[in-house]
Amino acid sequence: MSRTLSDVEHRPVTDVPHGPAPRRTRTSPLPYALLVPAVLALALALGYPLVRQVVLSFQDFGLAQQFGRPPDWIGLDNYRELVTDGYLWRVTARSIAFCLVNAALTMAIGVGLALLMRHMSRGVRLLVQTGLLLAWAMPVVASLTVWQWLFDTQYGVVNHVLTGLGLDYEGHGWLLRPLSFFFVATVIVVWMSVPFVAFTVYAALTQLPEELVEAAEIDGAGAGSRFRHVVLPTIRPVLLVVGLLQVIWDLRVFTQIYILQEAGGSARDTNLLGTYIYRLGIGGGEFGMSAAVAIFMLALTVVLTAPYVRAMLRQEGET
Amino acid sequence: MSRPTPRALRTTANTVGVIAFLVAAFPVYWMVNSSFLARNEIRSPTPTWVPFGGDLDNYRTVFGTDQFLDALKVSLMVTGLTIAVALLFAFVAAVAVSRFRFRGRLSFVVTLLVIQMIPVEGLFISQYKMLEAMDLLNTVVGLTLVYVAGVLPFTIWTLRGFVAGVPYELEEAAMMDGCSRPQAFFRVTLPLLAPGLVATGVFGFIQAWNEFTLALVVMTREDQRTLPLWLSTFTDVNRGTDWGGIMAGSTLIAVPVIIFFLVVQGRMVSGLTSGAVKG
Repeated sequence: MSRTLSDVEHRPVTDVPHGPAPRRTRTSPLPYALLVPAVLALALALGYPLVRQVVLSFQDFGLAQQFGRPPDWIGLDNYRELVTDGYLWRVTARSIAFCLVNAALTMAIGVGLALLMRHMSRGVRLLVQTGLLLAWAMPVVASLTVWQWLFDTQYGVVNHVLTGLGLDYEGHGWLLRPLSFFFVATVIVVWMSVPFVAFTVYAALTQLPEELVEAAEIDGAGAGSRFRHVVLPTIRPVLLVVGLLQVIWDLRVFTQIYILQEAGGSARDTNLLGTYIYRLGIGGGEFGMSAAVAIFMLALTVVLTAPYVRAMLRQEGET
Repeated sequence: MSRPTPRALRTTANTVGVIAFLVAAFPVYWMVNSSFLARNEIRSPTPTWVPFGGDLDNYRTVFGTDQFLDALKVSLMVTGLTIAVALLFAFVAAVAVSRFRFRGRLSFVVTLLVIQMIPVEGLFISQYKMLEAMDLLNTVVGLTLVYVAGVLPFTIWTLRGFVAGVPYELEEAAMMDGCSRPQAFFRVTLPLLAPGLVATGVFGFIQAWNEFTLALVVMTREDQRTLPLWLSTFTDVNRGTDWGGIMAGSTLIAVPVIIFFLVVQGRMVSGLTSGAVKG
């Protein structure tokens, strides 16, 4: 069983003797029939809503329509209203800033840990990996409740320790001010995201040819230039994918912000795009407007990830 | 890794390692620790660092509430249904993609990758409207529908690799020995795919069990909450929060995930780097 598992797992798809499709050269309807269930499910649950959302964003769809009045077609009015609304731009700027800060911190800490992991003693490395695995495996809502408890105003450990260090943190409310709110959110998001980066980059580093590093060292390359010219090129493809995923994930962050808002943050001052869409649509019944914001968010995702995707495609072309 | 590490570098690395371990593991430890503590130990100016003299009262309280049992039931139904449907749909699709050559095959695979990039947060408004129109809000079927679509791309993508890893010659040999094609498939190929089905099934479990955003959107009624929703409404700013109870609930939700996670950890790393997973 275990032999089978590793055999199957480690064989890349392209290793199959006669390419991916040894059976049937002439067109048969069977493969299409096999795709029907998956395609139908995806079309129904993702494709149709996407189309519906575009339509919705051109309509005046508020509470009156929710109670049966047919929606009016208002063209670009929703978008016009949003673009001229200062609040949307504040939320957007906040979201982009949050996304970039969190993605950068996660990448820096994750890559740093992965590099250091190669120099740790065996026991310590195992310890780190265990800790990271625990943090990674924690369900997002469970980890949010724990962090809220850690940052609790009255009985939280963080306040207790900071007060013990002689600082004035007794009864400090971490979620009250927006900046402090986002600090807590950043701690939680980075804590949850670092393990994935560290593990992935560490796995990539084990592929690094050791002779190459040694040769560079003999040639007199310092640690900095060894990293730039030997290590970095090897792990660049992995860094690009991981970085891309971090940007996507941190831009769409919802659960952490929503739950912290419910726990006492001011929603208006701390909304990011995800929670803004939710509060506008499901909370406030402004479905047309929130659909427009959602389309805007999808477009923003495409724009923010475009450079990464292009770099990845170029890399794909080189190999 | 044959090169010896300089002493100073090793000491620095080890120090950072220990700190990283503490930061990563402490919240998890604190969750378990607090779940054993009584109310007066939780609400004390000095924290109780080790749960000596703790008991299972918090767990008893959690299991004694109807809300928890309701949420557990909903979560189990949604998760089970999601895994079953997603595995079935993904499996036949994976067979099509890796065993046949046909027009549109590549575009299908590329589409799967693109779908992975779509943030749920950009779509839940219209998914809500759709389920509302279909009268599927607050139903297990409705939530399962959007969950299946969420895990399908990754599941197909991963199973594709597994199916392609079983040489077709094995099936042919079995047919030569007198098996019919379906027999060959069920007796030879399917058993070899078991590890792949387990790995992707576990992935589906973790996704559906943990998911919060869509559950919040679809399950608006209190008696239809999933476990993450139940847990998130446990905190109450106005009446003092029962942290012991919440930590017991969190531990109960986290334990199966952590166990399953350890089972598929290697696959998560390789699968995620192929860019094929939503967070």
